[in-house]
Amino acid sequence: MNLARELGKRVLGLVVVVLLVTLFTSFLLTLVPGDPVDTLIPVPDENEIVLERKAEVRERLNLDEPFPVRYAAWLGDFVTGDLGSFYAVTDEVPVWDRVSDALPVSLQLVVYSQILALAVAVPFGVLTAYRAGSRFDRATNGTAFGMLALPNFVLALLLAYYVGVWLGWLPVDGYVPFSEDPVEHIRHMILPTFTLAAAQIAVYMRLLRSDMVATLLEDFIQMARSKGISDRRVLWRHALRPSSLTILTVAGLNVGALIGGAVVVERIFRLPGMGTELVTAILSRQYVALQGMVAIIAIFYVVLNFLVDILYTVLDPRIRHARAR
Amino acid sequence: METIEADLVTTPPEQVEVAATRKLGPIGWLSVGWLVLITGSALLAPILPIADPDESFGSEIARKGPGAGGHLLGGDTIGRDMLSRVIFGARTSLLIAVGAVLLGLVVGGLLGLVAGYVRRKVDTVLTTVFNVFLSIPALVLALSLVAVLAPTDTGDGGDPVSNTRRVVVLILALGVVTVPILGRITRASTLSWSEREFVKASEVSGAKPARIMFREVLPNVFPAMMSIALLGIAVAIVAEGSLALLGVGITEVPTWGNMIEGGRRDLRDAPHIVFIPSAAIFFTVMALNYLGDVIRARFDVREAVL
Repeated sequence: MNLARELGKRVLGLVVVVLLVTLFTSFLLTLVPGDPVDTLIPVPDENEIVLERKAEVRERLNLDEPFPVRYAAWLGDFVTGDLGSFYAVTDEVPVWDRVSDALPVSLQLVVYSQILALAVAVPFGVLTAYRAGSRFDRATNGTAFGMLALPNFVLALLLAYYVGVWLGWLPVDGYVPFSEDPVEHIRHMILPTFTLAAAQIAVYMRLLRSDMVATLLEDFIQMARSKGISDRRVLWRHALRPSSLTILTVAGLNVGALIGGAVVVERIFRLPGMGTELVTAILSRQYVALQGMVAIIAIFYVVLNFLVDILYTVLDPRIRHARAR
Repeated sequence: METIEADLVTTPPEQVEVAATRKLGPIGWLSVGWLVLITGSALLAPILPIADPDESFGSEIARKGPGAGGHLLGGDTIGRDMLSRVIFGARTSLLIAVGAVLLGLVVGGLLGLVAGYVRRKVDTVLTTVFNVFLSIPALVLALSLVAVLAPTDTGDGGDPVSNTRRVVVLILALGVVTVPILGRITRASTLSWSEREFVKASEVSGAKPARIMFREVLPNVFPAMMSIALLGIAVAIVAEGSLALLGVGITEVPTWGNMIEGGRRDLRDAPHIVFIPSAAIFFTVMALNYLGDVIRARFDVREAVL
């Protein structure tokens, strides 16, 4: 009963945030200096065709209506799957057509780097916690600290230069779909994935290490050890699970940072993902398309945060009971 | 008993200060030193004996590495002095980053303080506003704001946007990203401090809310704000770089970001054009991160408030 109410309250909160975010992105369009139609279709009003087209777009985007009406109309289109278009004098390309191609590329990049980051961070986090204070621990922590200070575009350029140009081992730009050629797909994704994962590795490792150090001091660990269970088993079976809640939450929440990072990484390695589409829209001043894409990214992120929050509640009995009380 | 008290009384404040700064350690001092060097040379750039950052020394040093033609850090793609450009780049990059974080510190700090102290509806509204801004990935939000407020010159006859306006827009955009982050941390920290006895005592003795917020709560919340602000400056420096790489940054005067973007085409033959400003960003971010960590450890700012 209580749980259902709590859930209802949070769904309501989610809806409010989504509405406000889209309201804000709509509002952004009104900040564009000058007439939005002239910006979308940057052609002088020289003939009937252009004038007619501009009037048509103006009508379509409800630019003569007051802001609330315009927002309501946009929202109506948005929920029915019309995310706006890239406009031109003669035609228009629906945003959805481009997004549906770009979204999978970005998702692959984000998911791959998340997997890589966890796969590297978990063993290092566990081992540094086990050997806390040792030379290995200090060296690993120092490296992690350095990795945090390395902006992803710098790492991307370093990798492109040394691995791509100097050693010539891996391609430094372009994208090959997995269905077309799995091997080439992976080869093209290695450098971008590693670039995006590097900072996450450092964050996750430090988080897991500090949680793990705390867990290892707890009574049940001493208990397990005194029963003669091997260190390895104690570490991986007994200590890892209760220590992994923070890192899993952060991994979920970090997707936002990854999306931002992916924009830059996609640009440097020329991957045709959401980031590339976003930049294309900005550089060609297609603000309607920009609005649609930002709304999608924000909603994706908000919903994901919401799910992580729910999952966290379900996973951790301490929180579940504390909230029920 | 007496000697202990005497000790406490006679310990001059200077010594306490020394004990505190000693904890900084060698890396801490290196960080401080680097930041002083960078900030100092950025501030003094116009009177330093360095080349004009916009003057081209021709093919003599173009794309040549450090030391070429007597230029300490070599030349960029069109033969401008790299050392001078890194220093003048620091000027703009730091101005934007520090400006953005100051904006975040003042606006976010004020809103967070009010939300955390007044609570009730004010808190609900402000927290929702923070959440709305945090629900757009930071870089995407900054990118959209800059794109809308200072459109790139596409050469189609649209009004070119002045350099000053671009700088202001970047500060605003990155500031908007920083406000909710600093707002949330200030709010969380304020929540826990305003439960303390001395705050209650002040309330009972009839102090005005504004006085309590600024005189009692703020000084205690401040270390948490500062440690996040230092990290914020680091993040803003990186964000400026990211925006420059995405093609929406400043183009008229050098920044670390646009130096990297400008050198990307010559990565194969003249990697130093990209890697010198990259190193400047790397060391600055590392120094800021380290000092942020030191403050956090000293004042026991819990990660939980993040």
